[in-house]
Amino acid sequence: MSLRAFLLLAAALFSTGVYGVLSQRSIVMVMMGLELMLNGLIVAGGAFWYHVAPVNADGQVLVLVAVTVMALEMAMGFAVTTALFRARDLDETDGAGDLKG
Amino acid sequence: MTAQVVAFWTLAAVAVASGVAVFVTGSMARATFALLASLLAAGLTFLLIDLQYLSFLIIVMMVMEMLIMAVYMVMYMMNPAGLMPMTMVHNRRGAVLIASAVFVLLAVGVLLTPWPARRGAPPPDPTRQLGLSVMGPRMLVMIVIGVAILATMVAAIVLATDRGRYDRSGDEHDRWGRAT
Amino acid sequence: MGETVAAVVLLAALAVLAAGAAAFDASLAAGRVAIGDPLREAARLLVTQRRRTLLPDAPLRRIGVSGLPLVAVLAAAVLPMGEHAVADLPVGVVWFNGMEVGVWGALWLIGWSVNSVYPLVGGYRFLAQGLAYELPHMFALISAALGAGSLRVADVVAAQRGLWFAVWMPVAFAVYLISALAMAFWGPMNQAVGPDVAGGVPAELSGPDRLVFQAGRYTLLTVASAAAVPLFLGGGAGPALPPWSWTLVKTVAVLALLVWAGHRLPTIRMDRFMAATWLVLIPAVLLQILVVGIVVL
Repeated sequence: MSLRAFLLLAAALFSTGVYGVLSQRSIVMVMMGLELMLNGLIVAGGAFWYHVAPVNADGQVLVLVAVTVMALEMAMGFAVTTALFRARDLDETDGAGDLKG
Repeated sequence: MTAQVVAFWTLAAVAVASGVAVFVTGSMARATFALLASLLAAGLTFLLIDLQYLSFLIIVMMVMEMLIMAVYMVMYMMNPAGLMPMTMVHNRRGAVLIASAVFVLLAVGVLLTPWPARRGAPPPDPTRQLGLSVMGPRMLVMIVIGVAILATMVAAIVLATDRGRYDRSGDEHDRWGRAT
Repeated sequence: MGETVAAVVLLAALAVLAAGAAAFDASLAAGRVAIGDPLREAARLLVTQRRRTLLPDAPLRRIGVSGLPLVAVLAAAVLPMGEHAVADLPVGVVWFNGMEVGVWGALWLIGWSVNSVYPLVGGYRFLAQGLAYELPHMFALISAALGAGSLRVADVVAAQRGLWFAVWMPVAFAVYLISALAMAFWGPMNQAVGPDVAGGVPAELSGPDRLVFQAGRYTLLTVASAAAVPLFLGGGAGPALPPWSWTLVKTVAVLALLVWAGHRLPTIRMDRFMAATWLVLIPAVLLQILVVGIVVL
């Protein structure tokens, strides 16, 4: 498969994720969007390794990092949601504007 | 080659379609498993580019991750089973426009950029290459990841828990939860 | 062609072993020889009408119920029967791991989709248990792979020509057996299907659904036992008999041990199991990996 095909898939996954992040009100659904965006990144990383620079493992390491980041993002996201829910009984992004400038 | 092309586009279609389904379905269980299907389909495309280890690693990680996610999805949604019709979105039109613009921009970039030709060939065992890399020249990456995981574990527990170390199981209980 | 034959042989072997496990289980439960009981039960379930709950999520239930035996069979594809596996993948150990975490999905989906309290409680219990057993399980698999210097199951078998891994990695082997029990929610780790929640996950399943679930559970136990053979017990190695028969003998031995243990040990609550795994099993198996690493170096 060509590099372009893989990158198109990555772009489609990333944009779907962007839609989710922008449109969803629930914090957990926003995190689903983030996961989809990272999914696109993973696909692109693997494709670049195979099609551009397979001699060293940088593309593979990038995928490894992205997979870990997805897990960490989820853990921190749910921890923040839990803290917010305990403190204020809220589960929507619109209610959490504390850091608004 | 044609079998590979068919496999790739089938997996790609499944990945994108279930990615869209995540935001269409009302049931949180279905949304989580749609996301899982999307992640697994994307992971399986790696079998077409010799990355067996990473492909299976993605399966392991994502199945576990999405199942934990399902717990929180159900916990923090007002309408987890989607049995009552309600909308949980804001500014849908703007989001669709921006997402489409992002896709068009990326797709144009993907199709028009003169990508560099491949340097070298994939090694016979990419898993070995990855292992040697993260235990050699790229070890710093793994060390940083390790510290980040530890920091996340501590920070997430501190944020999420409402108890300290001396009241793990409430009053009148020892640390294993037995009544005293 | 050869692969098709191997796949059919694998399916037949799994079916016979799982039925055998069910018969042994029934005999232990009844306290007499009750080999026919599972077959009678299977026939009864086949003709039983489905019971419906209010507003079930039927597609998810189907995925969950059929997923349970499916992941078990797929996980078994990398296990050598005698000399050759159906699919001898270069990263077979990771494949095995990837398929068996599918059990998490299957159980939670069944628990969720029938829209009933006790199955949902069972599903959540299994997720908690999964968090407890999965890490020690992975480390046990890794110590076998590390001892062989390869993720290919055939290489792991070849590395045990001199000495079985079960002998010089006893901790990893013990941890593997415990996690095998937990993976198949069997015996002491059966809280997900415990009698205190009216049977837990499969409580609302009836008829053929229940049959598939039970068959899947016994298949899973069989596959978990069968994986111990190439990973820790030298695969098909043994005197006089051909490799396939040694594989079979060892698998039956491990399977019988697990089924028997299920009847001898009391159930552990998964929160206590969690404390035990994270505070005892994970450090123990990490030390085991350190020892293996030093020996291999």
